[in-house]
Amino acid sequence: MSVLSIRDLRVTYRTKGGDVPAVRGVDLDIDRGHVLGLAGESGCGKSTIAGAILRLHPAKTAIEGQIELDGKDILALKPGQLRAVRWTGASIIFQGALHALNPVRRIGDQIVEAITVHKLAGAKEARVHTAELLEQVGLPGRRIDDYPHELSGGQKQRVMIAMALACNPSLVIADEPTTALDVMVQAQVLRLLKNLQHELGLAMLFITHDLSVLVEVADRIAIMYAGLIVEEGPAEQVFRSPEHPYTQALAGAFPAIGDTRFRHRPSGLGGDPPDPQQIPSGCPFHPRCAAAIDVCPSLDVELWEAGPQRRAACIHVAGAPTLTETAT
Amino acid sequence: MIETPPQPTETPVEIEIEPAPRDPRKIRWTRRRRAVAGFWRVYRSSRMGMVGLILLGFFILMALTAPLIVSPQDIGVIDPPGEPFQPPSLEFPLGTDDFGRSVLDLVIWGSRISLLVGFAATVMTMTVGAAVGIAGGYFGGRTDTVLNAFTNWFLVIPWIPLAIVLASILGQSLFNTILVIGITSWAGTARLVRADTLSVKERPYVERARALGAGNWHLVSRHILPNVMPVIWANTVLTVALAILAETTLALLGLGDVTKPSWGITIYEAFSAGALSAGLWWWLIPPGVCICLVTLSFTMCGYAMDEVLNPRIQER
Repeated sequence: MSVLSIRDLRVTYRTKGGDVPAVRGVDLDIDRGHVLGLAGESGCGKSTIAGAILRLHPAKTAIEGQIELDGKDILALKPGQLRAVRWTGASIIFQGALHALNPVRRIGDQIVEAITVHKLAGAKEARVHTAELLEQVGLPGRRIDDYPHELSGGQKQRVMIAMALACNPSLVIADEPTTALDVMVQAQVLRLLKNLQHELGLAMLFITHDLSVLVEVADRIAIMYAGLIVEEGPAEQVFRSPEHPYTQALAGAFPAIGDTRFRHRPSGLGGDPPDPQQIPSGCPFHPRCAAAIDVCPSLDVELWEAGPQRRAACIHVAGAPTLTETAT
Repeated sequence: MIETPPQPTETPVEIEIEPAPRDPRKIRWTRRRRAVAGFWRVYRSSRMGMVGLILLGFFILMALTAPLIVSPQDIGVIDPPGEPFQPPSLEFPLGTDDFGRSVLDLVIWGSRISLLVGFAATVMTMTVGAAVGIAGGYFGGRTDTVLNAFTNWFLVIPWIPLAIVLASILGQSLFNTILVIGITSWAGTARLVRADTLSVKERPYVERARALGAGNWHLVSRHILPNVMPVIWANTVLTVALAILAETTLALLGLGDVTKPSWGITIYEAFSAGALSAGLWWWLIPPGVCICLVTLSFTMCGYAMDEVLNPRIQER
């Protein structure tokens, strides 16, 4: 049974400079105990999806489509019901743990807050549970009364993880949980997340721009570009043998340690992701694509079969319609 | 009740739980005691703060013990203890006023009234200012537009004419003096608090708390207010000084309650009795000096407190 099911999600930010379509029709499914990795460049709509699941966007942001969390239609909830679902249905491990903790309140109080806001326990019980949670993420329970500034970056991220688990949510959204950490700490935090996910059988949406991280933790990977999913499949396969040229570029941007070929030929992807207000016609990736052909600028791409359990939105994949078909 | 998380499917790990936390109330008190001790440690290192505090302590002590030193009859105009306009002597160290009351007695008793007005008007200013500022900054949109317009309106009206009008409509009493000062001085606080609220509410931890399922009241009381509090506190102490000055101004303009001899009233009476041209310095100067010293002590404490209370400018 899927914990999270997103159908044709469209999120449009209303700004003074006009409407910004940040997510333009995304389908996602996460099953109990599974980890879905969501990757892509900055500004491709990853975090927008995370925010949409808990409806954290400003009220005037337009969200269309369907988001079902534990069978509840998130977009139809009234404010009170929505608040009840937040954190108990899905919790978020935020990008910058350094800023996501209130500097003038003790970390224990901020975790207890999550429990008491939902009246899951009294203050005393919540405190005991908080100490357990801290132990669970590898922090001594006595640090419950520390202020955020008394912790290191990695420890703060552990606090954020403990907080995310506080209400036993069905889904944990990890929004670039390792971004501001150095590589050693990054590895520790990732290992912790992976262990917890495994032990607790959590469903997790793992958002990052670092494909190599996703291979470590995710069961399946979805690659986003310009508000759309362009490739989706089992993590290992997507990383090792990407089908979509964009995924190939992303995967190629990571050095393979010890691979001498890479040392002499580091590859990257030129250009910038498109401005969401001026998305190229046809396949949005065609201006930057090395494999683009004549039809790409006018071709409406969708996710075509690209092998067992794999789909990609590129004319070159196996399941794509033949060119004569699209021309008519 | 908290359910235990789904049991590990494999490789169960032993979670070591710290010795069961003690009674939360006890913990809270230990924390508070520790917080006060910490505050004091930092505060003590500020010379300016200490001088201000000693000065302030002296005046507060004076105000609290005034009934023990001065009998209320001695400051009444009926059957005063001395002859009018006597220069300082052993019996009346600061001389007497036009009724023959001891100026020293008046000054000691005046500390009660001046400080009372200062504190009461400040409580009013802070409550209204913080409420309006936080409401406007936090809710934004139309609420903010209306509240902000209202605040600006009070801010641009010259306060003395407004105070004169209000005082003459409401009549002369100590309570009305407090009310007038409160009404005319909350706007500055509201602006300050609004600006700070605007910056605090955009912090990621506020979004995190919202994601947690927290409602508006929870967000304001647990996240916005504690982070805006340093501004409010530092402002409070400075506002007390301003309120005492405002009381003096109103009294000097003849809008005070003459039956309650505050320092301002004493100066007003001395002034209108021609103490300045008659050279009755002992009548005019002592209350003035007291006002200066109290205002100064509040200001010094305010700056020192801002250094300690504001975690963002604290040195570590």
